[in-house]
This record gives sequence, structure tokens and C-alpha cells, in this order.
Amino acid sequence: MNRTAFIPSRKSLESVTIPTAAFLVSMALFGGFCVLWGAPFWGVFASIYRAGFGSWYSLQNSLLRAAPLMLCGLCTALPARAGIITVGNEGAFVMGGLAAAAAGLSTQSAPAWFSLLAMAIAGSIAGGVWIAIAAGLQHYRGVNAVISSLLLNYIAIALMLQLVEGPMRDPASLNFPATHPILESHQLGRLFSSRVHFGLVFGIVASILAWFLLEHTVWGMKVKVVGGNARTARLVGLPLGAVILTASFFGGACAGLAGMVEVAAVHGRASHAIAAGYGYVGILVAFLSRQSPLRIMIVSLILGAVIASGGSLQRDLDLPDATIAVFEGITFLLILASETLYGRFEFFRATHNAS
Amino acid sequence: MTKSNLLSRRKFITSLTTAGAAATLLRPPLAMGAEARLVLGFLYGGPKNDLGYNQAHAEGKQSLIALPFVKAVEEANVVETVAAEESMRNMIHQDGARAIFATSYGYLDPFVLRIARENPNTQFFHCGGFYRDGIDPPNIGIYFGFIDEVEYLAGVTAGLMSRTGRMGFVAAKPIPQVLRNINSFMLGARSVNPSASMKVLFTGDWVLPVREAEAASSLADQGVEVLTGHTGSPRVIMQVAERRGIWATGYQFNQSVVAPNRFLTGAEWSWGVVYKRYAQMIHDGKSVTNGTIPRHMAGTLKDQFCRLSPFGPAVTPAMRNQVARAQEQLLNGSQAIYRGPLRDNIGKVVVPAGKTIAIEDPVLDRMNWLLEGIEGDVKGL
Repeated sequence: MNRTAFIPSRKSLESVTIPTAAFLVSMALFGGFCVLWGAPFWGVFASIYRAGFGSWYSLQNSLLRAAPLMLCGLCTALPARAGIITVGNEGAFVMGGLAAAAAGLSTQSAPAWFSLLAMAIAGSIAGGVWIAIAAGLQHYRGVNAVISSLLLNYIAIALMLQLVEGPMRDPASLNFPATHPILESHQLGRLFSSRVHFGLVFGIVASILAWFLLEHTVWGMKVKVVGGNARTARLVGLPLGAVILTASFFGGACAGLAGMVEVAAVHGRASHAIAAGYGYVGILVAFLSRQSPLRIMIVSLILGAVIASGGSLQRDLDLPDATIAVFEGITFLLILASETLYGRFEFFRATHNAS
Repeated sequence: MTKSNLLSRRKFITSLTTAGAAATLLRPPLAMGAEARLVLGFLYGGPKNDLGYNQAHAEGKQSLIALPFVKAVEEANVVETVAAEESMRNMIHQDGARAIFATSYGYLDPFVLRIARENPNTQFFHCGGFYRDGIDPPNIGIYFGFIDEVEYLAGVTAGLMSRTGRMGFVAAKPIPQVLRNINSFMLGARSVNPSASMKVLFTGDWVLPVREAEAASSLADQGVEVLTGHTGSPRVIMQVAERRGIWATGYQFNQSVVAPNRFLTGAEWSWGVVYKRYAQMIHDGKSVTNGTIPRHMAGTLKDQFCRLSPFGPAVTPAMRNQVARAQEQLLNGSQAIYRGPLRDNIGKVVVPAGKTIAIEDPVLDRMNWLLEGIEGDVKGL
């Protein structure tokens, strides 16, 4: 009895240990890579630490990045819990930003709270629909959601460029095509007197809400059954399509909301600049946290700090500007490779042969 | 079994942590020793190794090594969005930068303006652009160079090399700065080869390597003898010239490596001179805010803001002497580039007979014409 109670904790220990180990190994490999470029091994990590956590100023940089990463991480994590792997985060992010800009620009005369609410709703719906399309294509038509959602990213970016350089373009944006700016008073505010905007609150609330929905509601139970074994789910009469579509919609809505934050708090307008890669790093966040909404918050902060150090690695150690992309790539490969390790360690399932 | 495993794992982690902590303690913090030095931050809009505009700035920053009191930090590929604001802010807050050099044209408005207002004690220097007196914050300076003098000398070299005098120019946009270079090159070529002619093709933007290669190939097909250009980096134009066996002159940076046989010379920036001068002034306590550093710093060939690239192997000693004489005349003022009478390619007199325009004259910054003998449209078609 004692031992059976121990199983879930050992299992969750496994899903913490393996990604952590993969992350540490990729850090070490990355350090080795930087040494090849002439940087000191520990100096690399000192620089990342300084840029990400070294001071309150630096911590704000990390938090600013953690906010969209949390929301984009949920975009992969929630559908994954229902058994659908999507990588359409960037597309949902961009669609959310675009829809938010449209909503913000058409509610200029309304009060600020109404305009912000309209932007958040428009962004969430646009992102949610975008991921639901990929999930629906897999569930109803058998189109692999990894591939369709990846392609939907390109469609979203192309659509955004088409609108931003065409009908939605501010004629005053000469060198850098963008939509008209959202009224300063209608933009998303900052937390207290810091540089960190309200997007962080959105990210934390969404993560906790997702955890609550998954772990403490009937819907969450259904999602996990569908994701765990679709045939069993069908056998017990669960509405597979509805569960998959709602989980995917919620996931996409999170990324769409991140796009809204990017428009309403960071750039103040939609342009090519909003496709800055948060969506893609969000996939990494989801895999590193093994699709757990609570762990997503911590992983987002760590990866936020790592991305924030892209500039300091250049400034402190004269490393190339693409160095951080190399780090993301190494981590991605190792996380995917580490998927093969689950269930291979005696330690994590030590309870079986006991009886 | 499990227990011993666990122990060794724990031991391993402990030793790793200890090693990490020891290394952290032993190594002096990154910022130490740097604080005493003058920290200058540099932002480039593109890669540091583009053999063009950005590399010219990065090389200028690199030359600051000669000044022991300076610590220069840089970030490359900083796009002209809030990313530029953040890079500048990080340089100020994390590195203690006292001056920022924003080298890409689109940084100024609104990004440099905004960060300059936010950090009134930091000085900002922007490459090119227009400062609005009384509107823009006082801690911003503008620097630029008159490189058309060097283009004139590159034109002289091209004119001496070619038999038919047919030149091809691949240009990004028909803006005054580019038109100045095109016309100067033409005047240089014509000064030694009166029958010189030119065809200009515009690509539409600063970095469009594929379109630049297409334009250069098209010009080669039309029988030009010398190819040159004004884009972010004309390296592909040089490569096309090398492959097609025609001459080439470079721009922005020394591009001889990509066209070892066909490269004649080129007009390149010498930003190191400018950056060293700024560093010295800031070190001496001067500032653009109180006017002890001039708001605008624009230099000519004489000021060494720009220079001619080393000659390629095909340029004979006699030709080198002739270019050197032309350079001497520009430097001692006995020769002006824009000397009337000059007509544009639709027959209008742009510089009347007997009139010369000095290279620093702001009227040249409103140039909207191409000289007679140049096939091309200032509307950029």
C-alpha cells in the first residue's frame, strides 16, 4: 500500500529528473561550444546569470520574457495533454497579435478597459481557433497536427505581413511597415513602478488556471483520459472531438493572448517585429516542463533569463549574436533525445518486483 | 544497490556544486576593472561580417582597442524595433555604458529618441539622420561622412581601366546620399575618360543579395566593363564581376577578398578615426549635451572619415600615380567634384557654368538628379 502510494511521486520525479538532466547536459555542451569560440567555460554561465538574474534590472528583463513564454508553453502543453502535439505557437501568437491590433484600433473611442478587454478576447479567440484548426484536422481528417500546425505558422506570418503591408498599414511607417499605433492610454500597463507589464500576471494566472482545470475538474480528467488512451476514452463514451478541440482551443488562446500582450504592451502596434520567436521557444518550454502547467512557470523564467542573455554574451564575451539560438537548438535536440529514456531507469519504477 | 547509487549521485552533485562555487569565487566578477574604463556601446543593424556597412562599423569599434581607457561592447543584428531600445538600455544599466553608438539609420526615430529622454546622462551618437533642434533631446549627436570624394577617385580608377567607358551601378534606393555617390563616380570616370557612360539599376532596399546579383548579371549582359554599387554590402556585385570577368570597385568595406583578380579599388568607411575621436572627447569630459562635442560631426576624405581601398593587382603603377594626383588635387582644393556646367540626364542644367559646389554644401544633400550620360531614373524604376 505504502509502495503504491509512492508510484506517482517516483514517476513525477522521473519527469523532473530527465528533462533537468537533459537541460544540464545541453548547458555543458553549450559551454563547450562557447569554449571553441574562445570564451571561458564558466564565464559563459556567469554572463547568462548576470543578464538574467544579476540585478533587479536584469530580473525584470527575464520576467518580461517569461510572460510570453508561459503563455506559449501552455499552447503546446494543453493540447499535448489531450494527445495532440502541435508546434503552431508562433502562428497562434501572430494571429493573436494581429486580431488584438485590429480590435484595439477599432475601439479607439471606447474606454481603455473596454478596448483592452476587446483586444484580449480577440487575441485569445484568434489564437484558439488557429490551434483548434490543426487539432481538428488531425482528429477528423487524419492530418498530422505537428506538420499542419507548423505550416499554419507560415500562413499566419504571411497573412500578417500581407495585412500589415497592405490594408492595415500606417502610411507613416515607411522603413518598417506596421499598423497604426494603439492609443498610449489604451496600452497594457506596467506592474507597480517596474518595467514588467501585466502580461506576467496573465501568464501566471493562465498557468494556475490550466493546472486547476487539468487536475481538479471533470474536464481535466477527460482530457487526460483522451490523451492517455484514446481507445479507452472512446470505449467509455467520452466525446473525443469536443475534448480535443476545447483543449487545443484553450492552448491556442494562451498563445493568442501572448500575441495580444506583445502588441498592447511591448510594441504598441502589430508589425513583423511581433514574430520574434517566442512561439518557438514556447515549444521548448512545454517539453522541458513535460506539459505540466506549474512547471511551465519555472521553466519560462529560466529560459527567459537565457534568452535575455543573448545580448550580454555578445557584449561580455564577444560571442556571435546567434549563440543563443545554438543553445536553444542543443537543448531541443537533447530534450527530444531524452524522451527515449523514460521507463529505462530501474530507480524510477523500483516498486514493481517488490511483491 | 539503489542506496549506493544514490550516494554516488549525491556525491557527484555535491562535488559539481563545489567546483562551480569555487570557480565562481576564484574568477573576478565580469564587471570589475571595467568600471574604471569608459564603456561605449555599439549597435549594428546587421551581421558583423557582412563585408559591408556593418562590418565597417564593427571594424571601427574594434580599433578602439588602441585606447586603453575604453571598453567597447557591441551587439549585432539588432533589428530596428523595441529590440534596439532594449539593447541600448541593457548597455547602459548592465554595462554602465556612458555613450551609445547607434549605427543603423532606423534606430534614431523613435528608439534612440526615447532612450535618450529616459537616460539624460548618457550620450547617444547616431550615424546619419536628421536632428530637430528644440524638439529632440539634447544628448544626441549625429555623425556621418562625405564619401562621394572617394567614389570620385574610384571612378577615376574605373575610367582609367575601361576602354569603352561603360559603367554599371547597382543601387539600393534613389535617395540623395546614393545619387551623390553615383554622380561622383561618373564625374571621376569622365575626368579621365570623357566618353564614359553609365547604367544604373535600383534594387529597392539595402540588403537584397539575390536582386543585387540579378541586377549585376543583367548589367554584365549589357556589356558594362566596370561594375560597382551602393547597397548594404555590394559583395555579391563584386562576386558577379569576378565570375563574369569584368572590373569591379567596392563600397562600404574592402571587398577585395571576394574578387581577388577583378577588384580595382573601392570607397570604404574609416569609422575607427571617428570613434577614437569621440572616445577621446568623452574621456576628456566633453559632452554633446552642453555643446562641447559638436551636434554634427561630418568629415571628408581630408578628415579621414573615409578612404580608398588598396588597389587590386590589375591597376598599374601609372594608373595608381594618376589616382594619387587626383586625390592630391581634391585634398589641396585645386579640384572640386561638382563644377559647372553640369546637366542632368533629362537635359536640365543642375550646376551652371562657372559655379562649383563644395562637398560640404547642404544643397548636395537634396540631390534629385542623375548626370547626363547616366541611364537611369531618379524615381527608382
